[in-house]
Amino acid sequence: MRLHEYQAKEVFADAGIPTPDSQLAGTVEEAVEAAASIGYPVAVKAQVHVGGRGKAGGIELADSESELRDAADAILGMDLKGYRVERVLVEAAVDFVDELYVGVTMDRGRGRPVAMVSTRGGVDIEEVAAEDPDAIAREHVDPAFGMHPFQARKAVYEAGVDRDVAGDVASILRTLYQLWDERDGSDAEINPLMITSAERDAADSASDEREVIAADAVFNVDEDALFRQPELAEMEDEAGTGDELERKADEYGFDYVRLDGDVGIIGNGAGLVMTTLDLVDYYGGDPANFLDVGGGAKAQRIANALDMVFSDDNVESVVFNIFGGITRGDEVATGINQALEQFDEIPKPVVVRLAGTNAEEGMAILNEELVTVEDTLEEAVKRAVEYATTEAEA
Amino acid sequence: MSVLVDEDTRVVVQGITGGEGRFHTEQMLEYGTNVVAGAVPGKGGQEVAGVPVYDTVQGAVREADADASVVFVPPAFAADAVFEALDADGLELVVAITEGIPTQDMSRVYRKLEETDTHLVGPNCPGVITPGAAKLGILPGNVFSAGRVGVVSRSGTLTYQVVDNLTQRGIGQTTAIGIGGDPIIGTDFVDALALFEADPETDAVVMCGEIGGEDEEEAARYIGEHMDTPVAGFIAGRTAPPGKRMGHAGAIVSGSGTGTAQSKIAALEDNGVPVGDTPEEVADRVEDLL
Repeated sequence: MRLHEYQAKEVFADAGIPTPDSQLAGTVEEAVEAAASIGYPVAVKAQVHVGGRGKAGGIELADSESELRDAADAILGMDLKGYRVERVLVEAAVDFVDELYVGVTMDRGRGRPVAMVSTRGGVDIEEVAAEDPDAIAREHVDPAFGMHPFQARKAVYEAGVDRDVAGDVASILRTLYQLWDERDGSDAEINPLMITSAERDAADSASDEREVIAADAVFNVDEDALFRQPELAEMEDEAGTGDELERKADEYGFDYVRLDGDVGIIGNGAGLVMTTLDLVDYYGGDPANFLDVGGGAKAQRIANALDMVFSDDNVESVVFNIFGGITRGDEVATGINQALEQFDEIPKPVVVRLAGTNAEEGMAILNEELVTVEDTLEEAVKRAVEYATTEAEA
Repeated sequence: MSVLVDEDTRVVVQGITGGEGRFHTEQMLEYGTNVVAGAVPGKGGQEVAGVPVYDTVQGAVREADADASVVFVPPAFAADAVFEALDADGLELVVAITEGIPTQDMSRVYRKLEETDTHLVGPNCPGVITPGAAKLGILPGNVFSAGRVGVVSRSGTLTYQVVDNLTQRGIGQTTAIGIGGDPIIGTDFVDALALFEADPETDAVVMCGEIGGEDEEEAARYIGEHMDTPVAGFIAGRTAPPGKRMGHAGAIVSGSGTGTAQSKIAALEDNGVPVGDTPEEVADRVEDLL
């Protein structure tokens, strides 16, 4: 689960990571009020779950109320890479001299957390990682001990962070790791972590020290750990996420990805469903979706899956590929019957292939007047592709 | 011979009194698996399907001589159950079926695993089966047949599919290992391939991978450098769009060229592993190798 920037900043600020003053706004007037209380200049930032918001026009700076009105008006309601912007974060613009990247994630290859620091902040860190991996200092953490203070210092010095702020950055990195660890993060990132100019601060606060401040915040939570993170689970905020079908899939609890084709695909187990997609493509068709009902699906869940796929107007035919292990063929067949018997006329042809646990029982139950049954994966996919082609022509 | 499990393997089922634990214990017994104990805190002294239940895994090892464990414990408590199994003296194998264990819990389990000689298979996996001898997990036994091909796969149902294609044309299996699709797992491709390489009864191996991560690329290098036993491969997810997560935690394509089906297929082929375009073709490739 991804937190929005404004939520991640709340979490970071509560933990003691400095963040700029900011307020959430859903209308231009709210944005004007927010900016008036924060003071210009401000940044106006779209709150949607997409990367590269700046480049896509989702972040604008405003020096005055008229600029702010223009920026908020342009961003609110805009379509950002397929996501409608419903709220913006209005935030004090930071006068900075340098931008850093700090992040914590799981290194799946090593089975250990890894903390990262780079002086190449403010840009797409994946590009930096690909082009110049040495520009990112990495420190693997033993999950039994947590991050030692020396590890944070080591990462910061090896990254070449300015000595003036190295201690502050190391402290932020440790705090970020602790947050990631305690709150079951999958990714925690600050990019950019801005270093302020000493001069401005000297005027403002009678200090000539530089400071560091988190100008952006990313916190993704491990979905599997939400049961023990009730506060984060409550922050689930679907505004500006996914299309209607993907939201529906979330409600049903399916792993679902919408694609461009016309052959609807339902199966059990990610690997087998992906293989079914690949076979549709192999036999000249186009997959309309990836839908994994998961392990041990009962009849109602199967019926929900059919409802999902029928809701996609692009779908011309549906193929069910179930290989039961923990999933039972009789439950699957009952669900398919339930879902189809409610129609006077089946919306699109459905091809079913059942194998594995209780497949024979399932075949006996399955109403063959409503579906086409095939014995093998290959035959089922070929038939579904054929139906999709015929339906599309009709 | 076989790897990891055989007819002598003495199994303790952790979580045997739960719905899944009970059902699959019955299935395992029916298949002929030597299930000697269950372990559930507070349920010691009970019986499930004629199998005695102990309060602790250590008790099951001591009293019933268990040497392998299968974990059917709900996700919130599963990591603790695996720790308990790794801590018990005498377990050579732990198979964790549970899906949805928090990744950070698994990171700590993995850390513990580095200090032990125990094999962990999973989590989020279908288990291990030596056809005709024993199955530890949820695999549908009737799909498998005894023979001389080893199978290792990240996806449970894809394992069944590929094995079905092999069995249909009379190619039996020594052992099939479902290693699981989670980001952090115990036994990985390289570990499983090493077991098959060392097994004189395994004449060929089928390796089923998928998009995401770099485990298949690493396995391909291992095959090229260390294996004499021939391997055939399959990679799921050729049509997966970049940036989208396809079910398994690992099954996401970054879009930067690594972790894609194409990069994995190329790595395998570069190391002499023929890759089938369909599960049917994988069976063809295995036939060519035998």
